[in-house]
Amino acid sequence: MSLWVDKYRPNSLAKLDFHKNLAAHLKKLAHSKDFPHLMFYGPSGSGKKTRIMCVLRELYGPGTEKLKIQQQTFTTPSNKKVEISTIASNYHIEVNPSDAGIYDRVVIQDLIKTVAQSHQLDSGSQKEFKVVLLTEVDRLTKDAQHALRRTMEKYTATCRLILYCNSTSKVIPAIRSRCLGIRVPAPSHTEIGQILHYVCRKEGLTLPDELAQRIAEKSGRNLRKALLICEACRVQQYPFSEDQQIQEADWEVYLKETAQLIVEGQSPKRLLEVRGRLYELLTHCIPADIIMKGLVQQLVTNCDGSLKAEVARMAAFYEHRLQRGNKVIYHLEAFVAKFMSVYKRFLEEGMADFF
Amino acid sequence: MDAFLKGSTSSTASTKSKSQSTKEPRAVPWVEKYRPKSVDEVAYQDEVVNVLKRTLELDQVGELPNLLFYGPPGTGKTSTILAIARQLYGPELMKDRVLELNASDERGIEVVRNKVKKFSQRAVSSTTPSGKKCPPFKIVILDEADSMTRNAQAALRRTMEKQNKTTRFCLICNYVSRIIEPLTSRCSKFRFKPLHDEILVKKLKEICGKESVLYQTGVIEELVKVSEGDMRKAITYLQSASRLKGDEAVTIQDIIEISGIVPDIVIDAVLESANSSSYERLDSSVKDIILEGYPGAQVISQIHDRIVEMDQITDKQKSVITERLGIVDKCLSDGADEYLQLLDLSSTIMTQFCQAESSS
Repeated sequence: MSLWVDKYRPNSLAKLDFHKNLAAHLKKLAHSKDFPHLMFYGPSGSGKKTRIMCVLRELYGPGTEKLKIQQQTFTTPSNKKVEISTIASNYHIEVNPSDAGIYDRVVIQDLIKTVAQSHQLDSGSQKEFKVVLLTEVDRLTKDAQHALRRTMEKYTATCRLILYCNSTSKVIPAIRSRCLGIRVPAPSHTEIGQILHYVCRKEGLTLPDELAQRIAEKSGRNLRKALLICEACRVQQYPFSEDQQIQEADWEVYLKETAQLIVEGQSPKRLLEVRGRLYELLTHCIPADIIMKGLVQQLVTNCDGSLKAEVARMAAFYEHRLQRGNKVIYHLEAFVAKFMSVYKRFLEEGMADFF
Repeated sequence: MDAFLKGSTSSTASTKSKSQSTKEPRAVPWVEKYRPKSVDEVAYQDEVVNVLKRTLELDQVGELPNLLFYGPPGTGKTSTILAIARQLYGPELMKDRVLELNASDERGIEVVRNKVKKFSQRAVSSTTPSGKKCPPFKIVILDEADSMTRNAQAALRRTMEKQNKTTRFCLICNYVSRIIEPLTSRCSKFRFKPLHDEILVKKLKEICGKESVLYQTGVIEELVKVSEGDMRKAITYLQSASRLKGDEAVTIQDIIEISGIVPDIVIDAVLESANSSSYERLDSSVKDIILEGYPGAQVISQIHDRIVEMDQITDKQKSVITERLGIVDKCLSDGADEYLQLLDLSSTIMTQFCQAESSS
């Protein structure tokens, strides 16, 4: 019994539900005699990974679904051993090089060289190259990205790279220009609605239009999230009712309450309280940038026009520091404190005008 | 009976498809295929080519200095030095006499001390095995030299001078300021200019003709526009587009999609919502950009182009916006969140627009 997300993941290009145009292009690419390096980018839950697996299947047939997990060790120049797990089939190998931290360059160089040096066993009936799938390319160090540049050109005979990331902003231009970039936009609300209906029909459930629409909006155009919410609703109550409450994740509710606390009162004591709650969120492994974004969206609704711009600036400023710094709690707290002071001044000025 | 018939037809079909799949020759990227073969073919870099051609004439070849090529990507730096090497040694001897190192090779101080030094110390004869005359030195090409560490660069200094008899160095980089001073002073520097639009058009049309690519009018111009003088980019985009479309004609839309350029409508939407002084609209249009998967850095650079050319705001306001642009760009390249940064930028633009309206 698997989750709906996995159960109804399309496994061939023909079965994809949206971006049909893109699917047609990919199909043409897979059948053309020279397959380029690809770079998939788009927000999460838009189906990048699904499309990559479909392309691989199109290239090599069903053999790509026989996966095995391997542990590989790499030795850095300073004789430190780095261990990384890879997922591989006979035709492709998938790695997340950013797992190796600052040693990602070694992983990339060694791995691609070893893969590229061994030829495809049966090149008569198969493509004569293998595929290396690198995930989260935007989190690679600059060093590793530079290492990729020439490697990509040198080993085109025996291997192709498929990179995938959320945004190309952090990928150096030299790599971008060597790949065929493929943008995968998030599905629209109606598309998500259709897919929800389709899945529910397959499960033998009836889904009211109203509810499907609400789930789609709730998911923020993230298909994975939409399907998970839908399944959660199914567990919660069946048959579905139109005005059924959609369960939010615990941490989202908690974050909203935290934002509410900040707006309600601004004092050092309250700050301490908020701090405790932020720690609570962090210890539950909610990434700091998501906390930050959630806070901003809640706080901004309570602000006036000019203040909104200021809050946006503050958030951008502290979020940048948060990425650069070591300990996220400082920056989250600094943001909250700053907001409190600005908001309080705003309130007081408002009062002064009033009298 | 039916099943039997079906079975037999499908088996014949499969044998047919098998016989069709004969092996095709290995495809080479067009960038490699159309790389200039000799120095003469290098387009547009007249000054560089003239100087090099003069030194390449056989009686003066000993005077070939150490070279430093710099300039934006895709202007022919690597192509030029490879062409020189080919002209000097011919394809056979080239493997023996040229050491090419780039950022993907291990290039720390150890490698400079051992590999480069050993290679450069070896003396070579002034004739080829077949008895033809050839220059009595080897060439070390250090591609992407600006990504070498300072220590590794420093280790090169003395090697370069001492092995002057047997080896010439050629450093290639994008930014000459990242090469340490002692190295630049030991080389004669050549700057490669971004290619002119006409050159790109000519080359692209030539390739289209040779590869029999069909395209709609305006496609070549669009390619030139998005590639910004980078030949490699233009050719790669062209090849990708033709691969995507197969036998159909390439359209302008395809080029935009491949190059990752954000369509003008999207940028218009952001600027318009910034003009409306409604934060909610701004927020939703920024969110849309992120969800559509457009890269933040690209959005910023296109907003920049627009802002600079805008008439309705004063220079002072432009400077405020562009300052924020700079900060946001830096933050993005540091890995900050795109949504928050774009929101920051667009709310700055909004404040400036509103001021413009209230003051006028």
